[in-house]
Amino acid sequence: MTNESTSRTLTMAQAISEAIGMEMERDSRVFYMGEDVGKYGGIFSATTGLLDKFGPERIMETPISETGFLGTAVGAAAEGLRPIAEIMFVDFFGVCFDQIYNHLAKNTYMSGGALKFPAVITTGIGGGYNDAAQHSQCLYSIFAHVPGLKVVVPSNAYDAKGLMIEAIRDDNPVIFMYHKGIMGLSWMSYFEGSTNAVPEESYTIPFGKANVIRQGTDLTIVTLSQMVQKSLLAADKLAELGISAEVVDLRTLVPLDKATVLKSVAKTGRLLVADEDYLSFGLSGEISSIVAENLDTLQMKAPVLRLAVPDVPIPFSRPLEQFAIPQVDSIVDSARQLMNAKAFK
Amino acid sequence: MEPSSEKLLWMYKTMIEIREYEEAMVKVYLEGKLPPKIQKGLAFDIGAGPVPGEMHLAAGQEPVAVGVCAHLHAEDSVVGAHRPHHFAIAKGVRLNEMTAEMFGKVTGLGRGKGGHMHLFDPKVKFSCGGIVGAGAPQACGAALAAKKMGKDWVAIAFFGEGAANQGAFHEALNLASLWKLPVLFVVEDNSWGISVPKSMSTSVASNADRAAAYAMPGIRVDRNDAVDVYMAAGEAVARARRGEGPTLIEVKTDRYLGHFQGDPEAYRPKDEAPTLRKDDPIPALGAMLRSRGLLNDETDAGIRAEIAARIEAAYEFGRSSPYPEASEALQHVFSS
Ligand SMILES: Cc1ncc(C[n+]2csc(CCOP(=O)(O)OP(=O)(O)O)c2C)c(N)n1
Repeated sequence: MTNESTSRTLTMAQAISEAIGMEMERDSRVFYMGEDVGKYGGIFSATTGLLDKFGPERIMETPISETGFLGTAVGAAAEGLRPIAEIMFVDFFGVCFDQIYNHLAKNTYMSGGALKFPAVITTGIGGGYNDAAQHSQCLYSIFAHVPGLKVVVPSNAYDAKGLMIEAIRDDNPVIFMYHKGIMGLSWMSYFEGSTNAVPEESYTIPFGKANVIRQGTDLTIVTLSQMVQKSLLAADKLAELGISAEVVDLRTLVPLDKATVLKSVAKTGRLLVADEDYLSFGLSGEISSIVAENLDTLQMKAPVLRLAVPDVPIPFSRPLEQFAIPQVDSIVDSARQLMNAKAFK
Repeated sequence: MEPSSEKLLWMYKTMIEIREYEEAMVKVYLEGKLPPKIQKGLAFDIGAGPVPGEMHLAAGQEPVAVGVCAHLHAEDSVVGAHRPHHFAIAKGVRLNEMTAEMFGKVTGLGRGKGGHMHLFDPKVKFSCGGIVGAGAPQACGAALAAKKMGKDWVAIAFFGEGAANQGAFHEALNLASLWKLPVLFVVEDNSWGISVPKSMSTSVASNADRAAAYAMPGIRVDRNDAVDVYMAAGEAVARARRGEGPTLIEVKTDRYLGHFQGDPEAYRPKDEAPTLRKDDPIPALGAMLRSRGLLNDETDAGIRAEIAARIEAAYEFGRSSPYPEASEALQHVFSS
């Protein structure tokens, strides 16, 4: 799919706004709503340049009324439009979650399939820059927990473009979550692996297809979003220690590519889940349960290990935040711990 | 009710303290955030330096804070929002501990866990938070508590004109009116919600007009002036203390700086902030004090020197305090 001659290096933010622009050009039903998405171009630059191209009728600046414009997206989608609504930070979904989980997610089902809701909700996630407890969460597991929402969490620009185009064309509600620390913003340090070659033409990446982004034989690291970039750096360090880590980038939580996880774990016999969300009742538990449910087909060399935020709000102070959010070194440490563990004592 | 000489002087001093504090923060905040010490290609790094994270400053918005807080006691509650320092200072939040919090230090109000948007000082009943609109109902709660306990305490919710478009704002107003709660909803109309001008976000010219929908008085203060705010708030606070219910006040004010520090402000006319600064409310009040013989060059210099020393001490306290142990991250999820 990559065409060398037409690829250039883009940040994830550029790839996302390009994808949205291409789909808006292709389909007049697509429009965008959110706070500071017009002249500002989106706080995380997801709509840079789009106001100039499409005007205020299609790049709609909203009041700070998330329930209002999320509900508007639900109603407009039912009418056949294809709204994209941006909640600046995922942390803010608290003020509008009813529209998402009781309506957007359920109306197709409750109408017996009579209605479609082709809406995309985009939102910034993640910490690492000391924005504290109300602006640093990931929370993708909460969206994934609710039946009826597809959940997309890209780790790099190439994937982000293909997944965004897929999201806009999907006839179902899609939550598209971009980690601020891989958007390639000029005002926040980021993991440079997320900025990569992106073809100029339109392409899609199907949902539910995890990407084995690095091959390895000793352990499998299942992860997503910014943690993919951290895991790749950790894998480099582990290689120096003689440990070969395979890194699986889930790309989407719903649908979840269980087969790729199982295939990799079958090969390595060791699973580390590296997650920036809270530890309990979330992604890491879900992935672990896939292994638990398939122990009859797996030869595990060690118990599953989960690395995630240890069930505390994200603290502001730098040393506390570094402690709470898994870092490259904590992935390395966890992997080494896993290599020393035994399946049976 | 005209402010007494004492109140006038307090408002003047407090506005200077707020302004000096914010101007000092502009500089401290930038430390470590600019090239070449940051990741290559970046213009600015929000997560670097001694005071990392977002920073929303209130230079220009001092009159709202002092004009209202001049009527308050320690027992009255104030709930601020993401731009909290002016309210915190006017409410008497401990300056050293507040500053240490922004440095993420263990001596901070929240032991470094909250940061600049999440300041809690129970000693003077101050709190704030980063979710736009969330404070209005919480102020109702403080007011309800006062009522249930038979106290004449009041609660103030301060927030921007952008927040007045949140559902929480409208629910809080209805509830406060219905239950006759001793609460003031004080809207700071600085014309901007980040990059969005009020004209693009709000269906009415003045939020004071919205009070009618909830059967409460709505007052618009049209000048960014401490005395005007003082007079409007005085009547509203007295009404609340008498048990006659809530008031909505909108004050026109000016945001001199970006929405947050590092905001490129490409959406804002270049000359807007410099023009606004010509109407600075601090020298205006200073001139009034002088005309009444309450201030002269000498006393002014004394006031400023005292404030400068206090602010310097606060920043020094913040800077030199130790960080919490990393493992403290695991504490205080639940109270013990
Ligand atoms: C629920 C919610 N939505 C959006 C934001 C992002 N946000 C932070 S401040 C702000 C603008 C607030 O404008 P206003 O209430 O007028 O206050 P000002 O910043 O002008 O003081 C926005 C949109 C948020 N923090 N919370």
